[in-house]
Amino acid sequence: MTLLKQQRASAPAGHVEREAKSAPVDKVVGTVSHVVLAIWSAIVVLPLLWTFMSSFKTSNEIFSSPFGLPGSWKLDNYIRAWSEAGIGAAFMNSVLVVCVSLVLVMLLGSMCAYVLARFKFWGSRTVYWLMLAGLTFPVFLAMVPLFGVLKGIGLLNQLPGLIITYVAFALPFTVFFLFSFFKNLPAEIAEAAAIDGAGDWRTFFQIMLPMARPGLASVAIFNFLGLWNQFLIPVTINAGGPKVLSQELAAFAQQMGYAVDFGALFAAVTVTVIPVLIAYILFQRQLQGSVSQGTSR
Amino acid sequence: MTLPPATVSARDGSLTAAAARGRRKPTLDRISFMAVFLGIPLAIYLLFVIWPFLQAFYYSLTDWSGFSNTSNFVGLDNYARIFTDDLFLKALGNNIILLIVVPLVTVILSLVLATLVTVGGSSKGQIKGLKNSSFYRVVSFFPYTIPAVAIGIMWGQIYDPSGGLLNGVLNAVGLNFKDYAWLGNASTAMWCSIFVIIWGFVGFYMVLFIAGIKGIPSEIFEAARIDGAGRFRTAVSITIPMIRDNIQTAYVYLGIFALDAFVYMASLFPNAGGPENTTLVMSQQLFFTAFQRGQFGMATAMGVVLAVATLIFAGLVFLVNKLTGGSEGGRL
Repeated sequence: MTLLKQQRASAPAGHVEREAKSAPVDKVVGTVSHVVLAIWSAIVVLPLLWTFMSSFKTSNEIFSSPFGLPGSWKLDNYIRAWSEAGIGAAFMNSVLVVCVSLVLVMLLGSMCAYVLARFKFWGSRTVYWLMLAGLTFPVFLAMVPLFGVLKGIGLLNQLPGLIITYVAFALPFTVFFLFSFFKNLPAEIAEAAAIDGAGDWRTFFQIMLPMARPGLASVAIFNFLGLWNQFLIPVTINAGGPKVLSQELAAFAQQMGYAVDFGALFAAVTVTVIPVLIAYILFQRQLQGSVSQGTSR
Repeated sequence: MTLPPATVSARDGSLTAAAARGRRKPTLDRISFMAVFLGIPLAIYLLFVIWPFLQAFYYSLTDWSGFSNTSNFVGLDNYARIFTDDLFLKALGNNIILLIVVPLVTVILSLVLATLVTVGGSSKGQIKGLKNSSFYRVVSFFPYTIPAVAIGIMWGQIYDPSGGLLNGVLNAVGLNFKDYAWLGNASTAMWCSIFVIIWGFVGFYMVLFIAGIKGIPSEIFEAARIDGAGRFRTAVSITIPMIRDNIQTAYVYLGIFALDAFVYMASLFPNAGGPENTTLVMSQQLFFTAFQRGQFGMATAMGVVLAVATLIFAGLVFLVNKLTGGSEGGRL
């Protein structure tokens, strides 16, 4: 996006954007491209729309015709899903766990990345490689022993245990991304701050952290999506605790295997999907920016 | 809160030297700073990530049940047993199918879509992307924002034999698939699951590739056009080689995911394994072995196999990229 704009802006002064006559082959290519992309977009959107529509239907309506509009746009399914199926409580648990974890991992991750990026000390390479190892090994390998660790410190099946595990597993990605960010901040400013008598603490919190804001925003978005969608960690170490959203959703679907309240199931899925989808549509410009940032480094 | 420029310009040589000298002596400020900034994150990371990983290798050599505190060292018995376990081998086979199909199809499809978006525009004047293409880009990314569990449940309903969207559409256009259970038949369950996984990933990699393609200097495209390269030639000879590091990254991540695939398979098939265990994956087998059969030692051995498979796969991707002339090492 920005790149296109820059290109346009850098066109020489007096350059007249002529309406180039498109060759016929261009039209064909353009049309074919639009058709292919439109088909894929439809494949993406239709299931979501169908789920949304079905979330207002009764089970009878769902089985009589997959396309029929709901008889009435009542929120009964949502009320049942939210309170009876426990989706509401799980939603709140998810919000709590993800928000606390996100704040913690951003704080600890940026602290660690800052120290690794800007200070030379004995063992700093080792710490860096340990972080890389955490990124490459499959999470599955750690799950069974992790169960033992949390049991040992008495945090199994508790939200604080879940939070600290989320923080630990989101840490390597956060540190890696922010490492390059802090590394590229100009050194002069930190020096100037030191001369003005700011200690390391003040330099970090009042100068470096605000300067790293664009990087922090990108990492925070990806961490949020990753933690909100997390499933494996809660089903392993929080199976008996207060459930988070993805866990409750899976449990609900499992129970439903034979019983019939499909309307509420669709409502539960919709409740899970809609808030993040809306947030994405609102912030999508920033997110596209962060994908390109993340890869161009 | 950035410093006012005046402070920056007030700096002179002697002061810098003083600051540099001060930096060498560890002050209380510096010591407390390092202890907190490095100590806390590292402690959490070591305890909850590195320690479990290390323990896993040891536990895989024991018969630990997870509930008692005692365990016996059994050497490589667990490995010998899982490699003669038909169910685990079946799961391994399924993972290999996923590993071959998912990254390949996802990368090709997202490359095609990304290419259409970026170079589908007019061939006259400046190199342009397709008009109004940001709509497609935004929409394609939707699945990435949806929890995989929700994706699995949603598609489980779409594939539903009687009330599902798929059979509804097929019957409406006159194809008679009345009551065909897509996820209930051994011949279709795996392919339908693969489609769902690809559906969930294409958008993200499409956006990633678009960013990569836009990072290629437009002079290169213009030069190719002047030399008479058509669109297809440009895509094959310029776009793909220029973003080969992005493709490598995508391939490795998708491969790691395909070796796991736990979330999708668990949410698509309430009865683990699907019809005739055609969609059973290693991670599911690991999970049941640990938390339902209480064979933690055996389960961690499966985890080690999974980890080794992941490393081999990543190594292969790097090797292939290097042999075909990619940059050394690339990046992950």
